[in-house]
This record gives sequence, C-alpha cells and structure tokens, in this order.
Amino acid sequence: MYIEIKDACKNYVQDGKEFTALDHVSLDIEKGEFICLLGPSGCGKSTLLNALAGFEKVNSGSVKIDGKEVTAPSINNITIFQNYGLLPWRNVQKNVELGLESKKVPKSERAAAAKKYLELVGLSGYEKRYPKQLSGGQQQRVAIARGLAVDPDIIFMDEPFGALDAITRMKLQEDILRISREEKKTIIFVTHDIEEAVFLADRIVVMMADPGRIKSVVKVPLGDRRDRTSENFLYVRDKVFELFNLKSDEYIEYYI
Amino acid sequence: MKKILSLKNVVVSIAILILIWQILFSVSSYNKALFPSPKMAFDALLEMIGNGRLFENIKTSMYRFVVGYSISVISAVILGLILGRIPKVFQYVNPALQLLRPISPTAWMPFIVLLFGIGDVPAIVIIFIAAFFPVLLSTVSAVGNIDPIYLKVSRNFGIKQPSLTWKVIFPAAFPQIANGIHLALGTAWIFLVAGEMVGAQSGLGYQIIDARNNIRADILLATILVIGVIGILLDGILKVIEKAIMKSWGGAE
Repeated sequence: MYIEIKDACKNYVQDGKEFTALDHVSLDIEKGEFICLLGPSGCGKSTLLNALAGFEKVNSGSVKIDGKEVTAPSINNITIFQNYGLLPWRNVQKNVELGLESKKVPKSERAAAAKKYLELVGLSGYEKRYPKQLSGGQQQRVAIARGLAVDPDIIFMDEPFGALDAITRMKLQEDILRISREEKKTIIFVTHDIEEAVFLADRIVVMMADPGRIKSVVKVPLGDRRDRTSENFLYVRDKVFELFNLKSDEYIEYYI
Repeated sequence: MKKILSLKNVVVSIAILILIWQILFSVSSYNKALFPSPKMAFDALLEMIGNGRLFENIKTSMYRFVVGYSISVISAVILGLILGRIPKVFQYVNPALQLLRPISPTAWMPFIVLLFGIGDVPAIVIIFIAAFFPVLLSTVSAVGNIDPIYLKVSRNFGIKQPSLTWKVIFPAAFPQIANGIHLALGTAWIFLVAGEMVGAQSGLGYQIIDARNNIRADILLATILVIGVIGILLDGILKVIEKAIMKSWGGAE
C-alpha cells in the first residue's frame, strides 16, 4: 500500500487536560487516490494530515509513505494551507519558484515552470503582482501552483478553501478536481464541508471527535465529472449526512 | 495637496518657535552675549558657513556617525537573527542585555576615553553602544514573532540555512527590525553630540563646548539648530531607504 497508517495515536495536553486527537487510527491509501478527511472540529483530521505531512509525530503507531516512516516534511509531499502561506515580499512568480530554488533548478527553467503552472491555475499575466494585490481565491491558486511546480507525489490540503466565499470555493473545487485528474497526484484533503468532500473525493474518510477516530470510509462512485445537482450526487451526500446523524426523522417527513 | 498642507504646518510651527525665542530675548534681562536673539544666531551661522568651520565639523561628525551607526546596526541585526532562532541561548544572554541596556552610553564615556584616548574612536564607540541594544532587541523579538506558517512552508519546500535566514526570516522580520533601526537612529544621533562634547576635539559636539569656552552663545545656539536639522534629514533619508526596501519586497503601503 502506498500510504499506510497503522494504529496511530496522538495525545495533547491542553489546559491540564489530556485530549486524544487520534485514537488507534488505521488507514490505507493507494497512489493517485483523492481522499477527503471529513469531520467536525476536534476529530483529529488536521492532526492526521500533519502526521502524514511530517509536521507532527504520532505518539504511537506508524505512519508510512511508500514504505518509509514519515519523520519530517519533504519536498515530495507538499501541503497547501488554509491561509495560503505565500511570502508577501515575493511576487507571484517568485513565490511559485520558491521550491524550485531549493531544488537548484536553473533560472530559465524556474521561470518556464512558473509560467506553466500559473497558466494551469488560471493566473497567467499575474507574475509580477504581489500576494496582497490578489484576492483570497487567487492567492490560494498561487499556493497550488507553487506546490505543483516542484512536481510532488502527494498534495496535502488542510481546509484550503475554508477562508473563501461560497462561489469562489466551488470554482476552486472544480479546478482542483480537474488538476488532480490531469496531473495524476495523490491528494489528501481535509474538510468539514460534506458537499465539498462528496464533490472531490474518491473515498471519504468520515471521522468523529472525542476521541478522534475514523467512523467509516465511504467510496464515492461518481466518476471524474461531477454534477452537484445530479441525483447520484445528492444520494451520496444524503448517505454521508446520515453518518453524521444530521438527517432527522422530521426532516424526512417534511421532505415527503 | 497634502504636501502643501504639511509644508504650511512646518513653516508656521518654526515661525512660532522663532517668535517665542524673539519674545524671550526681548523681555529677558540677560546679557546679549549670553542669550542672543534669533538674528544673532543666524548671523553666527552665516559666519561659520563663511569660514568653513561648520562644514568641517559636520563632515567630522557625519563620518563618526555613519561608521558607528552602520557597524552597530549590521552587527546587532546579524546577532539578533542568530539569537532569535535559538531562544534557549537567548534566555541566558537576555539578563546580561537587560543589565547593560539601561546604562546611558555617556556613563561609559570616561572609561572609553581612558581606553581609546581622545578622537574619532570614543564617539564611534558611543554611537555603537547607543544603537546596538535597541536594534538587537527588536531583531530578536521580530524573529520570534514571525508567522509560523512561513517556517512551515520553508520546511516543506526544503529551504535550509543560510537561505532560510536570507530568503525567509530576514524579510519576514524586516518591518519590525526596521522599526528598531529607525528608533536607534535618533538615539545614536543624540549620543554622538554627547560623545563629542567629552571625548573629541572636533565635530559638532565639540563645537558647542568650544563656543561655551569662548562665550559665543550665538555660535552655540546656531550649532544646536544645525544638529536638529541634520537629525531631521537623517530621519528623512532613512525613511526613503526603508520605503524603497519595503517596496522591493512587495510591502508597498
């Protein structure tokens, strides 16, 4: 298996109280899969992502990528953050070139890569702008281009569209779905938005809080082109709603 | 429009200052040689410009200032960038810094003169001391206040030292560092004059002592005004440099 999480446990002490963020979590992910970690806050989805990305270590159990234990962040697995993490003193092109600089890619190739990936995220012509001159959605596109530019194996996304308005969010969801198919990347995407998860994921990992654990893994058999209003989409969404006990009986009566 | 308004403010403000001076001169019973009028100070200024002494002394003072201030800022920023990244070491350095910081640089003056004699060095050393602590402490705190996301992104993209400091930490901390550098400029300029009054035989500070010894209060006041004007100019130059750096780093306000 490409990514293997086995019996991962993680505890925090917060205000003198012990808090279990991950309680014996096990999960296998195949290469090229689009996985959504879905759940309420405190369910450990971000902790799990941070453990996979190498920012945090689990207390017990193992987290392996391609057979190797994860101990530190790697340029082969790029994380996209909710607040973008662009460097405000660099223009868009220089931001996209950031990872290529530490890979010692020559200047002309860096510029070509920046051009290519900015085009992919629909930001051609923005090379010389600075992050603060861009909207939130555009900034996240730059961050995505920056991640793709180093040609990573895995892209981790930690509620990447959480700070964006609904319309921008849907547009970016469509783009990331398209990009994931074109670039054939493994993507692990943290969200608390059920519809977002159903729209994006090959499999949804439904997590519960207190202690943080996996409740179930839902396969989303909707194919590559997804329509938010189709019957199949709504069916899968309803199934996930049920898992969270968000579909009450009254709701059903009202529905009929 | 804003520029014209602020020019108007400056002219009115200075005019009021001169007016108060003139009134005090008119009503006071001091000897004219001890408490001269604005006109007399202005004449003394022309006299000093005429015989070249003023520019000679400005040149001497500026040399000391530029050398002392630049060495101080550069070493304090470099040390601050290092200490800011190793808080465990800084915990041991900080108490000593806090002990040394509140000591007025002039208190060191007799000691410095004993060690280095009279001349350029004592003035340079005192400027160094005056600028060093504010710049060092603001740099350390600026590095500590960097948004952790920049460091996370750097780790993810494999940016290692020394690139990490140059490409990420310094630019991220720069606005706060610049603040410290700016504050230190005023302090350093103040202590240059103090240093030259005690430890030098030339420069603007010495010119004040010299004027006192010759009972030339008009020259004394004219020198004080020149010191004030140069202080404003230095501040203005630093602001321009700061803005240029901020702009080239996309922090355009």
